[in-house]
Amino acid sequence: MSSNKKRKISYSLAINEALHQKMFQDPSVFLIGQGVKSAWYVGNTCRGLIEKFGERRIIDTPISENAITGAAVGAAIAGMRPVVVHPRMDFMMYGLDPIINEAANWYYMFGGECPVPVVIWAVINRGGEQGAQHSQALQALFSHIPGLKVVMPATPYDAKGLLISSIEDENPVIFIDDRWLYNLEGEVPEEVYRIPIGKSIIRRKGKDITIVATSYMMWQALEAAESLKEKNIDAEVIDLRSIFPLDKELLLESVKKTGRIIIADAAWKTGGVAAEVSALISEEAFGFLKAPISRVALPDAPAPVSPTLEKAYYPTKENIIQAVKKLFK
Amino acid sequence: MLRIRLCEESFVAPILKKEFKGPVHLYVGEEAIATGVCAALKENDLIFGNHRSHGHYLAKGGSLKKLIAEVYGKETGCSKGRGGSMHIIAKDKGFLGSAPIVAGTISLALGAALAIKIRKEKRIAVTFFGDGATGEGVLYESLNFASLKKLPILFVCENNFYATHLPLREFRLKDNISGIGLSFGIPSFRVDGNNVLEVFETAKRIVDRIRKGKGPAFIEFRTYRLRGHVGPDDNIQGTHTDIRPKKEIEKWKKKDPLKRFKQYLLRKNTFTERELEKIKKEIEREVQEGHSFAKKSAYPLEGEVTKYVFK
Repeated sequence: MSSNKKRKISYSLAINEALHQKMFQDPSVFLIGQGVKSAWYVGNTCRGLIEKFGERRIIDTPISENAITGAAVGAAIAGMRPVVVHPRMDFMMYGLDPIINEAANWYYMFGGECPVPVVIWAVINRGGEQGAQHSQALQALFSHIPGLKVVMPATPYDAKGLLISSIEDENPVIFIDDRWLYNLEGEVPEEVYRIPIGKSIIRRKGKDITIVATSYMMWQALEAAESLKEKNIDAEVIDLRSIFPLDKELLLESVKKTGRIIIADAAWKTGGVAAEVSALISEEAFGFLKAPISRVALPDAPAPVSPTLEKAYYPTKENIIQAVKKLFK
Repeated sequence: MLRIRLCEESFVAPILKKEFKGPVHLYVGEEAIATGVCAALKENDLIFGNHRSHGHYLAKGGSLKKLIAEVYGKETGCSKGRGGSMHIIAKDKGFLGSAPIVAGTISLALGAALAIKIRKEKRIAVTFFGDGATGEGVLYESLNFASLKKLPILFVCENNFYATHLPLREFRLKDNISGIGLSFGIPSFRVDGNNVLEVFETAKRIVDRIRKGKGPAFIEFRTYRLRGHVGPDDNIQGTHTDIRPKKEIEKWKKKDPLKRFKQYLLRKNTFTERELEKIKKEIEREVQEGHSFAKKSAYPLEGEVTKYVFK
């Protein structure tokens, strides 16, 4: 099929297209969650779905995160491929039991009898002076749990490709996007395509330092890398994309080449994704390091409201640049 | 019923001998509920269990020897030794799994009912949970959603009057579990869970109603576990678990569903005493064979500890 490869659409419409295409292809796919009818909740990610597929498969729900997440998991156990959306990750905490106790364990604890092909779509909706319970990025929580895969696309292309892969995966996948990325435009092929879960990607080749970044921090890392050119530092930027499983091969290969690594993840530092990548590098590439491993993350504090505090809270390219400079002192 | 009873009692000796160590929650005394409800179901109806689900598994048609092997943690068990007594499954019989997080499988059954509705099938889903689960919020969320979407689901509460150690009167103001569904517009019933015929007849009527697309229903079956919460310890007052008055246990022993049904069968001349004895002997042999099979079976290989984390 000769599609227009140069077509550009927004990140949120890339998600929308993935949903439309999978819903069309596979009658076992359905979407459930609070606000799927409402742009107020889900932006334009669910545009046109209810008109096309009806309320039988596009299900707006009462505010019952626990039962609704459980229902998605149960439907997956019963042979469907549900996508359950949580328009704010914070509110998804009521649904942790079906995710962690049931979905993650189900395939293992019944000896491979019953897979759970459910997608838990969690939206990080941070910033804007929204405070501690409207801002959380909890990817590390889920990457800790055996049996869950966790992905965080940073580009419109990956948002579509990773959502399609997540829906087609036989395992529970936590698909985490970020409202800060929703208006970002990028090339997105019209056809159905897949980004393999477990594969990171080099967004910028470099030889002096590896900057591994998740989600929107990847864009900050790219900008930082451009600025660092002036300092004659040639940074390699890796978009992690898959929080679990980690693309160990690519990460190790890059660090072995550059000898330096910074991990940028806009979530809490302690016990976070950056800590996990750091441990991997220490265990498997220690001898190649020319400098300590460095992390750029959120301070270990709840998200504040006040603009001065909020500005101090979220890391930017400046934090990455400062961290890189330290390693070259 | 007798098959469940004999299977359950057969675990007592190996538990005491520590042939396996994981928790085993015996269904002794409650057999009429699984038996009666599952007799009202079809093979392709979907059910979810809880921590005390050997009875549901067997009544839905799960293999007895695979159950016993699973309790022993063997590779030949229904969950290949990964699950044990609390995690049993017979997918081809519509028993989609059991799990001990209290009320944790209610929403899973809700999801199965949703799947059935989306696929426009004639099946129904059943969730079995205990009186303890009535303290969990997810039950109420599930009742609301089931009612709202008219899902084909039967909520079965097996009220044995104890949430592990705590008697009902200490965790609910009133003995009114059957009323829970009513505020969600769900037809609700209270049934003697120790009378297998009454269980079956009520379940049959209600299951047929759900199958016709009339939405969810709720049944409280009143029963009693003749054993304690877990294992062969009967939780008698004065013993170390010190929970239940001996008198109370004696009172319920008189209402033993097996005794009552046996008397019924003899009274109606459906079976003679000798015929019943013969059936019992056959089941005893089957259970013994199950234990021999389990003991002879191999444990999973050490090298396979991470097998089945992902498909």
